[in-house]
Amino acid sequence: MTDATPDASRRTRVSEPLAWRVTAWLGAAPFLLFATLFLILPTAKIVVGAFQTPQGGFTLENMAGLLTPAIVDGFVLSLKLSLVTAACGVVLGLALALAVIRGGLPGWVRGALMTFSGVASNFAGVPLAFAFIATLGRLGLVNMLLRDWFGVTLSQMGFNLISFAGLSLAYLYFQVPLMTLIIAPAVDGLKREWREAAESLGASSPQYWRMVVLPVLWPSLLGAFALLFANAFGAVATAMALTGSSLSVLPILLFAQIRGDVLQNPHLGYAIAFGMIAITGLANLIDVTLRANAERWIK
Amino acid sequence: MRRARLIRLWAWLALAAGATFYFLPLIATFEFSLRARRGVYSFDAYANVLGDPEFQATFGYSVMVALVTIALGVAIVAPTAFWIRLKLPKLRPLVEFLTLLPLVIPPIVIGFGYIRLYDTSSFLPLTGTARGADLLLAFGYATLALPYMYRAVDTGLRAIDIRTLTEAAQSLGAGWPTIVVKLILPNILTAILSGAFLTFAIAIGEYVLAALMNRPAFGPYMVLVGGNKAYEPAALAVIAFVITWACMGLIQLVSLWSAPAPRAKP
Repeated sequence: MTDATPDASRRTRVSEPLAWRVTAWLGAAPFLLFATLFLILPTAKIVVGAFQTPQGGFTLENMAGLLTPAIVDGFVLSLKLSLVTAACGVVLGLALALAVIRGGLPGWVRGALMTFSGVASNFAGVPLAFAFIATLGRLGLVNMLLRDWFGVTLSQMGFNLISFAGLSLAYLYFQVPLMTLIIAPAVDGLKREWREAAESLGASSPQYWRMVVLPVLWPSLLGAFALLFANAFGAVATAMALTGSSLSVLPILLFAQIRGDVLQNPHLGYAIAFGMIAITGLANLIDVTLRANAERWIK
Repeated sequence: MRRARLIRLWAWLALAAGATFYFLPLIATFEFSLRARRGVYSFDAYANVLGDPEFQATFGYSVMVALVTIALGVAIVAPTAFWIRLKLPKLRPLVEFLTLLPLVIPPIVIGFGYIRLYDTSSFLPLTGTARGADLLLAFGYATLALPYMYRAVDTGLRAIDIRTLTEAAQSLGAGWPTIVVKLILPNILTAILSGAFLTFAIAIGEYVLAALMNRPAFGPYMVLVGGNKAYEPAALAVIAFVITWACMGLIQLVSLWSAPAPRAKP
C-alpha cells in the first residue's frame, strides 16, 4: 500500500520535464479507454436511457413506469430474497468463521474451510441450480433417502425446491462462504487481550460478547450484510436455471424484458436496470463507509 | 478449562453443520449423475454429455473466449498496475474505484448496456458480426474479472520494490522491454497466473452475458440441457465444479511453487 519512498518520488516528479509527464499519463490510456468503453459508457447508456422517451427527449415517465405491478412484485421479491439470504449468510458465515478461528480447532481446519469457501463462493450460476435439483428436487438424494428410510417426501413435509425457500437455500450456498471469507480478517482482529481485560474487570462471557465483540464487529457485519445483499440482488443465472420463470425476481424480469420486451415498453428495461444499479450502488456505499469505520479496530 | 472444551464442542458442531450443508449437494449431485442407467450406477450421463457435439462445440467456444479474455485482461491490467505504482500514484484512487465497479453494477446491467451501446446502428457495431460479438463477450468477461485480476496483480507488485528494481536496471543500461520482460514479469508471474485461473473459472460457465449476446457458449448450453434432460445436468454440474476446483487448486499450486523463492526485502 505504501509506495517505496515518498521523498524519492517527489524528487523524480519535480525533475521530470513536461514531455515525460505526458508520457506518464499516456501509460494509463489503454486502461482508461477500456474502462470507458466497457464500463462507463454502457452504464451511462442505461442511466440516460432511463430518463429518455423513445424519441430521445427527457422524461420521468419511465421512473413512474417502475410502479407497474409486475415490476413492483419483482422488486419486492428480489428485496426479500436478498435480505433473507444476506441475513442468514451473515449469521451462518460468521458462526463458521468464529468456529475455525476462535473455536480452538486444529489449524488445518481453518485453511481447509477458507480454501473451500473460495471455491464455493465462485460456484454460483447454472451448475449450482443443477446441484440443488439433484439434492432437494423431486428425485434428489435427500428425497430418495427420506422416502426409503422414513416413508415421507419433502413435499409431504411442505418443502418445494422451486419456491422462495428453495431458491434462498441455493443462494446461501454462495452467500455463507462469501461471508466467511469477508469476515475472517475482522474475527482475526479480535484480540485475546480484550477478553482477558474484560474478564479481569469481572465481565461474564455474555457481557464480553455483547459489550466488546459485537460493538467491534458491528461495522464489519453491517458492511458484509450490504455486500451480500448486493451480491444476491444482481444474481440471475441460479434463479433462472432453478425456477425457470416461476419466481420473477427483478433480474429475471429484466432479462425477459431485454430478450422479448414483455412489458411492452423498451424504455422500462432501462428504468429497471437503473433501479438495480441504484440499489446495489447504495448497498456498496454503505459497505465502503462502514468498512472505513471498522478498520480503526483491525490493526 | 471446562469452558474451553465447551467452546471447542460448539465449534466442532458448527463446523459439522457447515460441512453437511457444503458437501451434501456435492455428494447428491455426483450420485444423481450416476443414475442414467436404470438400476445400476454408471457413467452414462457423462458419456452422453462428453459425446454430444453441442457440448464439444460450446465448451470449446467458451475455452477460446476464456483464453482471449485472459490475454486481454493481462494486457490491460498488468501494465496499468505497474505504471500506476511506478509513475502515476496520483491516479491510484481512480483506477481502484474503476476496478471495483464491476462488483457494484450487476452483470446483467453491464450486458444490457453492451447490446444497446454496440448494436448495428452504433459507432462501434460489435454485435453486428459474429467475430465482433465474440470480441465483445471477451471484453465483457475481462470487465467482470477486472476486480480479481487487478487485485491479484497489484498484490504481486506490492511484494516487490519495483521502483528500486527499475532504477537499478536503468542505471545498468536496461531498456524498457528488458525491464518488463526480464524483471517485472518474472516477479509477478504468480500473481498474473492466479488472476488468469480465476478469470477462467468466471468465464467458462458464465450465462447472462453469453445469452444476452446470443453466443454459442457453455453457459447457455447448460441451461438448454437443464430444460431437456434428466441426469445430464448433474453430470454438467460435476464437470463445472471440477473445473472451478482445478482453477483454485492451480492458484494454490502456483503460489506454493513461487513461495520458497527469496523476495526483495523492503
